[in-house]
Amino acid sequence: MTWVTRTALVAGLGFLYAPILVLIVYSFNASTLVTVWGGFSTRWYGTLMADAPLLAAAWVSLRVAVLASLIATVLGTLSALALERQGRFRGRGLFTGLVFGPIVMPEVMIGLSLLLLFIGIGLDRGVATIVIAHATFCTGFVTVVVAARLRGLDRSLEEAAADLGATPVRVLATITLPLLAPAVVAGALLSFTLSLDDLVIASFVSGPGSTTLPMRLYSQVRLGVNPEINAASTLLVGLVSAAVLLASWLTDRRGRA
Amino acid sequence: MPDATALRLRLEDLTKRFGTHAAVHAVNLELEPGEFFCLLGPSGCGKSTLLRMIAGFETPTSGRVRLGELDLTVLPPHRRPVNMMFQSYALFPHMSVAGNVGYGLKGMGRAAAVSRVADLLRLVRLDGFADRRPETLSGGQRQRVALARALAREPKLLLLDEPLGALDRGLREETQGELRAVQRRLGTAFVVVTHDPEEAMMLADRIGVMERGRLVQVGPPAELYRRPASRFVAGLLGDVNLIPGRLGPDEPGGTRAVQTAHGTVRAALTALTEGASVVVAVRPENIVLGTEGLPVTVAEATFLGDRLRRTLHLPDGTILRASGRPQDAHQPVGSETRAGFAADDAVILPA
Repeated sequence: MTWVTRTALVAGLGFLYAPILVLIVYSFNASTLVTVWGGFSTRWYGTLMADAPLLAAAWVSLRVAVLASLIATVLGTLSALALERQGRFRGRGLFTGLVFGPIVMPEVMIGLSLLLLFIGIGLDRGVATIVIAHATFCTGFVTVVVAARLRGLDRSLEEAAADLGATPVRVLATITLPLLAPAVVAGALLSFTLSLDDLVIASFVSGPGSTTLPMRLYSQVRLGVNPEINAASTLLVGLVSAAVLLASWLTDRRGRA
Repeated sequence: MPDATALRLRLEDLTKRFGTHAAVHAVNLELEPGEFFCLLGPSGCGKSTLLRMIAGFETPTSGRVRLGELDLTVLPPHRRPVNMMFQSYALFPHMSVAGNVGYGLKGMGRAAAVSRVADLLRLVRLDGFADRRPETLSGGQRQRVALARALAREPKLLLLDEPLGALDRGLREETQGELRAVQRRLGTAFVVVTHDPEEAMMLADRIGVMERGRLVQVGPPAELYRRPASRFVAGLLGDVNLIPGRLGPDEPGGTRAVQTAHGTVRAALTALTEGASVVVAVRPENIVLGTEGLPVTVAEATFLGDRLRRTLHLPDGTILRASGRPQDAHQPVGSETRAGFAADDAVILPA
């Protein structure tokens, strides 16, 4: 590596991660003022644990993320199977577009259109509507991850199983799904993190009593940043990073298997 | 031991079209029970598609696949009493060797399945490998696991797609012998797809040659080698000299004369009509240098230990190749002589 590429690398990584690093460092600040370093302390993590509304929001986020990623994983895996293993069915192109649409559609649009839908059909906004909304846009991501793995899966493995007398259901259960498992889990973890840190869509479709963690943090920041938010954000960053690392490790491992 | 209830495979006008392209065109074939049959042809000739239609992975555009009285055409792969060994072996990477071999034995009692797997592993000389994962095995061992797995359900017919394609040369020859031995022992009919003529001749009772979707000639290896029906088959099965000429009239004695640019030669009887443009096909080992035949110049001689290869030039520069015992070589390079052959060792083919 020449010094030019090294400098570029450091500058690039610094640009991306310095703010997060600052956030993490200041979450251990003893001072009440965010911008003044008052020595190392974990007091804000203590304050955080006593902040009932924040904890309630975290609980909402966690429930939403688990449910939404479960639904998205099932639907996404099924649509990947339909796209890669059903041959050229009628409307395949349209189906592909509909599945991948939410990935590229602006979040504001997804949020707004879902809000109009929920109002239109008279569905009360709350945890359920956030779960539906998140499952909607996560499904496309799961499909992308699982379909990629399915494309790389030697077709003759499934044919060999059928040749040995396995019914289509048994082929799916004993060959296809076990070999897809790393991609399915990676898709689930990806959905989990996407749901956990979504602010825009949740803001549109949430109702009273269903404030998610990002919504709560955002509204507190508007009243002024305090180190407690740094602490909460640090925990959120940690959780999301862990999920992403696990997902990419699983994806990588199956690539070599 | 061929068993009395063994069923014949019958292909009737089997055709597969992809769009307007006919990958397999009106193939008719009947297999003997317990026969070792080879489908031979270059890549893209439709042999794999034909095999996949028998297994049920491709739906024929028209025609039928029958096994005895059973019409296989309408059955999905998992209900056909036919098994296939895949070119890539297609071993399940998440299962042990025993898991792979026993996969098709669902429905058999557990104890019976375990002992059947043990028997099969003994058959392919892999006892002691039951708990290994496929990725820890060598290419030859994987090939044997695939064979054991394909034989587990005692298929009436075993299909093998390029079974030796992924093995290196030394292993191939050893495995060819093994495959033949297993087939003889079980008496199961085998259909092997290969692009390697030597392999086909070594393995098969009969060979079916495919060319651009058609089954162009079927017969025992020696017959195909000695009496090819076309230039394509002649060239596919080994080195051959093709001498162009015009077909003469019928003659007594079971031969026909062909007028070439350099003289008249005689070859075995043919159904072609007098005056037709033909080629006379002669294998290099059947060319005899001496006082009879076409005038040639010895251009080159290569000593290969067990035989001597000679390149001969006809007066117009056409090259003939001859192959013979080194001790029979009395003509030095540069000498002029004559190249002849017994009429029975040559065939007349359409040009």
